[in-house]
Amino acid sequence: MTPILIFLLGLAALMVIIAGAGIFWAIRNGQFDDMEGPAQRILMDEDDPLIPHRTLRGGEK
Amino acid sequence: MSLDGACFHCGQAVPPDADYPVSVDGAPHGMCCRGCQAVAQAIVDNGLQAYYSHRTALPSTANELIPAELSRLALYDHPEIQKSFVIEEKDAAHLKQASLILEGITCAACIWLNERHLQQLPGVKNVQVNYGNHRARITWDEHEIQLSRILREIQLLGYNAHPYNALQQEATRRRAKSRDIRRIAVTGLSAGQVMMLAVALYAGAAFGIEHRTAQLLRYVSLILTLPVLFYTAVPFYVSAWRSLQSGRLNMDVPVTIAMMTAFAGSAWVTFRGAGVVYYDAITMFTLFLLSTRFLERNARERSVEATENLLRLVPAMALRIRAGRQEAVAVLDLAAGDLILVKPGEAVAADGEVTEGVSSVDEALLTGESRAVEKVAGTPVIAGSINMEGPLTVRVTGVGENTVLAGIVRLLDRAVAEKPRLAQLADRVAGYFTYILLALALLVGLAWWWADPARVLEIVLAVLVVTCPCALSIAAPAAFAAAGSHLLKQGILLTRGHALETLSRVTHVVFDKTGTLTYGKPLLSRVVALGEMDETECLRIAASLEQASEHPLAQSFRARIGNVALYAVSNAQNYPGKGVAGVVNGRRYTLGNRAMSPAAANPDGDVPDAGDGATLVWLCDERQVLARFALCDELRPEAFGLVTELKEQGFRISMLSGDSAAAVQHFAARLGIADYRWGMRPEDKLAALKALQAEGQVVAMVGDGVNDAPVLAGADVSIAMGGGTQVARASSDIVLLSEKLPDIWHALQTGRATMKVMKQNFAWAAGYNLLALPFAAMGFIPPWLAALGMSVSSLVVVLNALRLKQL
Repeated sequence: MTPILIFLLGLAALMVIIAGAGIFWAIRNGQFDDMEGPAQRILMDEDDPLIPHRTLRGGEK
Repeated sequence: MSLDGACFHCGQAVPPDADYPVSVDGAPHGMCCRGCQAVAQAIVDNGLQAYYSHRTALPSTANELIPAELSRLALYDHPEIQKSFVIEEKDAAHLKQASLILEGITCAACIWLNERHLQQLPGVKNVQVNYGNHRARITWDEHEIQLSRILREIQLLGYNAHPYNALQQEATRRRAKSRDIRRIAVTGLSAGQVMMLAVALYAGAAFGIEHRTAQLLRYVSLILTLPVLFYTAVPFYVSAWRSLQSGRLNMDVPVTIAMMTAFAGSAWVTFRGAGVVYYDAITMFTLFLLSTRFLERNARERSVEATENLLRLVPAMALRIRAGRQEAVAVLDLAAGDLILVKPGEAVAADGEVTEGVSSVDEALLTGESRAVEKVAGTPVIAGSINMEGPLTVRVTGVGENTVLAGIVRLLDRAVAEKPRLAQLADRVAGYFTYILLALALLVGLAWWWADPARVLEIVLAVLVVTCPCALSIAAPAAFAAAGSHLLKQGILLTRGHALETLSRVTHVVFDKTGTLTYGKPLLSRVVALGEMDETECLRIAASLEQASEHPLAQSFRARIGNVALYAVSNAQNYPGKGVAGVVNGRRYTLGNRAMSPAAANPDGDVPDAGDGATLVWLCDERQVLARFALCDELRPEAFGLVTELKEQGFRISMLSGDSAAAVQHFAARLGIADYRWGMRPEDKLAALKALQAEGQVVAMVGDGVNDAPVLAGADVSIAMGGGTQVARASSDIVLLSEKLPDIWHALQTGRATMKVMKQNFAWAAGYNLLALPFAAMGFIPPWLAALGMSVSSLVVVLNALRLKQL
């Protein structure tokens, strides 16, 4: 059973490296700078009164 | 949020005669003042009324925009001034980026409001507001919009924005935070893997496992532990080494020893191929320690950032006197030899020498010396010190930006460094505890060496880990951090470490009157028409006459009249100390006190004083008295509730005021305060305070003004109104950013609750350690259980502290 175990451990190591790289990338990108804002921001309806405005201006962003 | 009878925008009580409606979502709502009306109107006009349905906290009462303030904003467009805080985008020079501090943010909806509104402005490319520290990063196109316009738009929404340059200090802090998160992430990943393998090993020990497989798992665990040992746990080694050097052991010493021995022992077992490995305990232990410290540091930095935001109000502008005229200029534009005027309550903008005026200056920011220093012509003043008494004219000798910064840093350091007495005690206890712990571990090790050498490593590890004084060390900081961030959310800022502890012991609350229990500015309270004209017309004429006057009374006329167009006044004259006169619609009117209007002295126009210390002003034409106006300072609507509540809870209450006997008696009677004194100079107030303290009272002082500064500094714990002068804020322990009086009661309650939680935490932490120690020493606790026990014990302490956030 050792070969399959070695394969699985290798797979786990690969996953760890990918996860680690992902977190490092997120940290460098400033995604951890504001830990509370996103949680609050999602509660806000961004668009309700503004849709006409934004489409008139060419719907940028 | 139900706001019956309260201002729809800010929630303050609406004065009975106020009429400032705004229609929000089709329904009319009443506002309490013109400021709130303007802000609400701006919000509705920009299609942002969703703010009102999403907000979870009320904003502060909006101030009316003053033209002078607006012209000051224009200075921020000056390229020389922008140099200090604006970054140019690399690829397009007309794209600028700046960081702004937003004042007045109370909940997430405020942030949404600002982001949405600014995003709508043409030329604004990107806006991002950080919820944690209320700072905004904004990018705009210089060709399309000016920074002053952006700042003005923020003011229209009822907030205040100040540019600041993202300091070195802040960059360092951000880097440190990223490093912490990286460490936690690496430890977490590694701990997860090691733990999984450990389960396999434990299961193998119970149900049988091939030796080859067990060895493979052990070696993989060893490799996975290496990053933890050589990367993420390094801060513990550094701290332990430093504490050894200074001779005062901290809790990182046993942590380091435990980790080193655990790893050395496990590695030896791994190479030898038999025995138990403790990689799981090492990684779990590190993960938990790193996380608790990260959370604690974060809470502390939040309060530092809030203080910084406050302190950046130290002027970026100065009043320069040139050819007898005052002009507002940026501090950066000052040159040696310029004359600047420093008003009382303001910070000195540059290093210099006094040329005119006599005052005392608080240099505590820079020297740590809290006593005010006398300044007369010829004495030097330092940038960042605060002028306390009279106006000073200063000849600039150096634009010492660095000195101001040094002072700010010192004040911040004080807030962070001044640990509460109990927390200091906990640190010392944890220090002693460490010595005892190390001695005990050694003793237990020797005993087991003699009894059963094979189990020495396991048991010494268990003793070291299970008794780690982590819970003891974080018992106090966790409670303070939770309470501090809770209070900050309510708009109550703690600036000194001891504040909460002292708050819990307060027995006597001393209030200043003007600006604290009252608004601190005269409001037009009564209008009585005495002649042929009706009240509205009289008011309109009076407000027109006052247009030109800078007297504080004049503003209250203008505030009262609202949006009614004023008459043109010709031949306006100002009689200092008496009043004003002018010609309106061809008739000459006078507005002023008795000395101004001889006609007002006749018995018909005379009425008994209402006793509230109101200033009476008469409007007359050439023949007769037309109207009498009473102007007086008004109580804040929440003052009565606060005083009653405090009395019910058994606090003793005093009111010390520099005001006249009549006014002080009037307000004391209305509030039901029995102990009041009037006509007090700052030194009298301080003496009264000392007398109370001599009686054994623990005194909390609430004040706002320049004259309160020494009293605030002398009280056991002092609370300043956020809108008060800079001096008052700098010398107080707690700043009410919200300016809402009931927050004082809230702060007192939180102080008591914090102490209770802290005592529980201490009892738990000490109890757990003492209880677990004998079991570990006798070999009943394996290292993994010890690590779990330590973690759970710390977690209990943290969770208990977090209850303070729910208050």
